[in-house]
Amino acid sequence: MYRSNVLVCGGTGCTSSNSGEIIKALEREIKAKGLEKEVEVIKTGCFGLCALGPIMIVYPEGSFYSMVKVEDIPEIVEEHLLKGRIVTRLLYQETVDGDNIKSLNDTPFYAKQQRTALRNCGVINPECIDEYIAMDGYKALEKVLTSMTPEQVIDEIKASGLRGRGGGGFPTGLKWSFAAAQQADQKYVCCNADEGDPGAFMDRSILEGDPHTVLEAMAIAGYAIGSTQGYIYVRAEYPIAVERLRIAINQAHEYGLLGNNIFGTDFSFDVQLRLGAGAFVCGEETALMTSIEGNRGEPRPRPPFPAVKGLFQKPTILNNVETYANICQIILKGADWFNSVGTEKSKGTKVFALGGKIAHTGLVEVPMGTTLREIVDEIGGGVPNGKKFKAAQTGGPSGGCIPAEHFDVPIDYDNLISIGSMMGSGGLIVMDETTCMVDIAKFFLEFTVDESCGKCTPCRIGTKRLLEMLEKITSGNGTMEDLDKMEKLCYYIKENALCGLGQTAPNPVLSTLHFFRDEYVAHVKDKKCPAGVCKKLLQYSVVEDKCRGCTACARVCPVGAISGKVKEPHKIDATKCIKCGACMEKCKFGAIVKG
Amino acid sequence: MKSMADLQAIRENTRLQLNLRHESPDNISIKVGLATCGINAGAREVLNTIVEEAEKRKLENVTITAMGCIGLCQNEPIVEVQFPGQDKVTYVDMTPEKAVRVIEEHIVNNKAVDEYTIGAN
Repeated sequence: MYRSNVLVCGGTGCTSSNSGEIIKALEREIKAKGLEKEVEVIKTGCFGLCALGPIMIVYPEGSFYSMVKVEDIPEIVEEHLLKGRIVTRLLYQETVDGDNIKSLNDTPFYAKQQRTALRNCGVINPECIDEYIAMDGYKALEKVLTSMTPEQVIDEIKASGLRGRGGGGFPTGLKWSFAAAQQADQKYVCCNADEGDPGAFMDRSILEGDPHTVLEAMAIAGYAIGSTQGYIYVRAEYPIAVERLRIAINQAHEYGLLGNNIFGTDFSFDVQLRLGAGAFVCGEETALMTSIEGNRGEPRPRPPFPAVKGLFQKPTILNNVETYANICQIILKGADWFNSVGTEKSKGTKVFALGGKIAHTGLVEVPMGTTLREIVDEIGGGVPNGKKFKAAQTGGPSGGCIPAEHFDVPIDYDNLISIGSMMGSGGLIVMDETTCMVDIAKFFLEFTVDESCGKCTPCRIGTKRLLEMLEKITSGNGTMEDLDKMEKLCYYIKENALCGLGQTAPNPVLSTLHFFRDEYVAHVKDKKCPAGVCKKLLQYSVVEDKCRGCTACARVCPVGAISGKVKEPHKIDATKCIKCGACMEKCKFGAIVKG
Repeated sequence: MKSMADLQAIRENTRLQLNLRHESPDNISIKVGLATCGINAGAREVLNTIVEEAEKRKLENVTITAMGCIGLCQNEPIVEVQFPGQDKVTYVDMTPEKAVRVIEEHIVNNKAVDEYTIGAN
């Protein structure tokens, strides 16, 4: 047995900030000090505090080292691992309280979190099936196969109140019961891991940190609906997740937890991987299935719904990664345990990926019904650099912006829809006063136009026209009539697009038009961008009283647009200015303003 | 192929190791002084013996940590044992053999080995 475990995050976030090198350095130093039989280094999945990566925790002390550098490793090994002296200087400073070292669970980032879907992420080695088993892994499958009928499994999931975590929020148990009721020679269980919303990375983190929980839940779903074959559709852009899934599937085969006659029962189930080539539309369920079948990923009309005629025309259920990550816990701890958390119609917890203008970029899991204020201010550490919170965008390109006035709305599926946004997969992008809402709407529309599969006209042409109108407005050529036209077109697309993506694509425009109409009006009428983002509406000028004629601005200007004599006020030539803002940053006297 | 019993065995064997990875304030704390003075006096062997012994006896309720120097270098290796909510007991001039006795009598049977404690010398 090892006396100490060093957990290093091997998720995509920390890997990109070099945690692989840290692991190598740790192993080298530990060996050099002869500690290799006493201290084990474990590469885990995501801890959530991605902003502070690479992250490392030393147990049993629970010392949380953040932003670890390779150069720090010899000191940590010599002092902490060899001599038992925690290197306080390198700890996450929120855990340091004078001479005391607080538990990580008492820091603001973790205190309000409740980890169900992420329970094993950052705790176990995702490439070691034994560690998953030790955390009661495959116990839920055992329970289901030995002591429950398929109907009882579905009833339990129904009673839990679990709703789909991928965006729509459809009751999972109900979905399963539709597929179970169908008679067919084969049925399929699919997992949607084609996470494509900008800023969302919870599915990736679950697959990277705890792949077996998804496999186990899919097998349970197979038993419940009468299927022997599962498919995981995962983006090829998630190489670490794909690799860990491959390892997990192989290990589960070796142990007989996938394959024929699992646990010696007559239930057989297998899982195959399908890699998506990066089309956003393939996250839509019918397009996803079309893609698995080997065809071009385009949606098809519903009905028939997948539960009746899905993959290869057979009854199919399709759930998101995070939905599956809740299943085993519901089976083991019971529906009542699960539905004791959350709001009336949204049970359990939800994982959010915090991004944008927020101090703690990362992954958090909170009970449904937590307010935006708690997530942004308390857990996320608020908006950095003393800026003011303006809005939060949820639901990606299908969602909307929530303004500050709804800061205290408890977040669940229904509340978000009632304020014009949606849960989506759980991306939460925070914006401050320097964000232009028209520009944000334009950003999401650019994304939708790029990703529209082109099959139906409302989405293919409608979103393109919307984008053109937005571009007209941000370049100062918009009219008030355009605003009304835009709104009309939005509703037209919503009503007529073929699939969920097209139907929700206008949401970013609608919600910003609704909550931030004054910004649109400022662009149209005053030809001004209040946040100072839209370049075509910006003008940089020198305040003569403040300018000392130091020439710093003229020297930094890349296009030579600034002129003036030493110790005399300077001037900016608007026809040459490319609005890069370098002069404003350089000026020590606040003599350059934009507007 | 693994049976349910096999999985249960894996669970029990691996859990002891995974117990390390969460904070357990209700555990009995065993701290071994592992600064230069401690290491020189043989604290590494004492610490490793304690870990081995805990594994052998499948003790799930102990947290074994290394600590720095507490200033009594002449009495190293030093081992501190603290039951939750009680005063700590400090053992001095420890050896692996003494450590085994401390585990058996103090940790398992909750009776401190008075003759090894700091007060006895």
